[in-house]
Amino acid sequence: MTITVAGTKKEYEDGLTVAKLVELENVETPEYVTVTINEEFVESGSFASTTLKDGDTVEFLYFMGGGQY
Amino acid sequence: MIKLHKQDYETILAHARKEAPVEACGLIAGRTENGDKFIEKVYILTNTDHAEEHFTLDPKEQLAAVKDMRANGLVPLGNWHSHPVSPSRPSEEDKRLAYDSKASYMILSLMDEEPVLNSFHVENNKATKEELIIE
Repeated sequence: MTITVAGTKKEYEDGLTVAKLVELENVETPEYVTVTINEEFVESGSFASTTLKDGDTVEFLYFMGGGQY
Repeated sequence: MIKLHKQDYETILAHARKEAPVEACGLIAGRTENGDKFIEKVYILTNTDHAEEHFTLDPKEQLAAVKDMRANGLVPLGNWHSHPVSPSRPSEEDKRLAYDSKASYMILSLMDEEPVLNSFHVENNKATKEELIIE
């Protein structure tokens, strides 16, 4: 199947989960990454149970925050 | 080296001053060349913490900004935020929450009359100041 990951079309095996994609894409500190599929946010606890399908568009967004002290 | 247009600097400064004492924040995007970063666009995002000592970028606005960057042929270069009453250096919390080692983390201090903007690379909880050119 073809999915678009961070703007680039890629070929992956059918049945790929978000958790596996995060691993295959070598996402740094994945525990702090938010994933969207077709602009819908994926619950952080459901990466392993969310399966991608042909034509999906996936984005990885790093949590960005901090403080003064 | 990271380069910021004077006009973009003025944009984030004006917003940070308007938001103070709440922390202001946003994203930076542009292009890279031989390891140097050239900021072509700054994004002003909502601080969802609405706090004077913390900031969190709004994820929905973050997604919209990433899409805009791509549509304009830009790449994400990092983020910026203000320290209304503390120096322009990453706090312990800033370093702890800097999860993207490829990003530049820009911090605008408003604690003195003259604002100070610095850019940092943060990796393994260690911050290194980057050469910042504003022109």
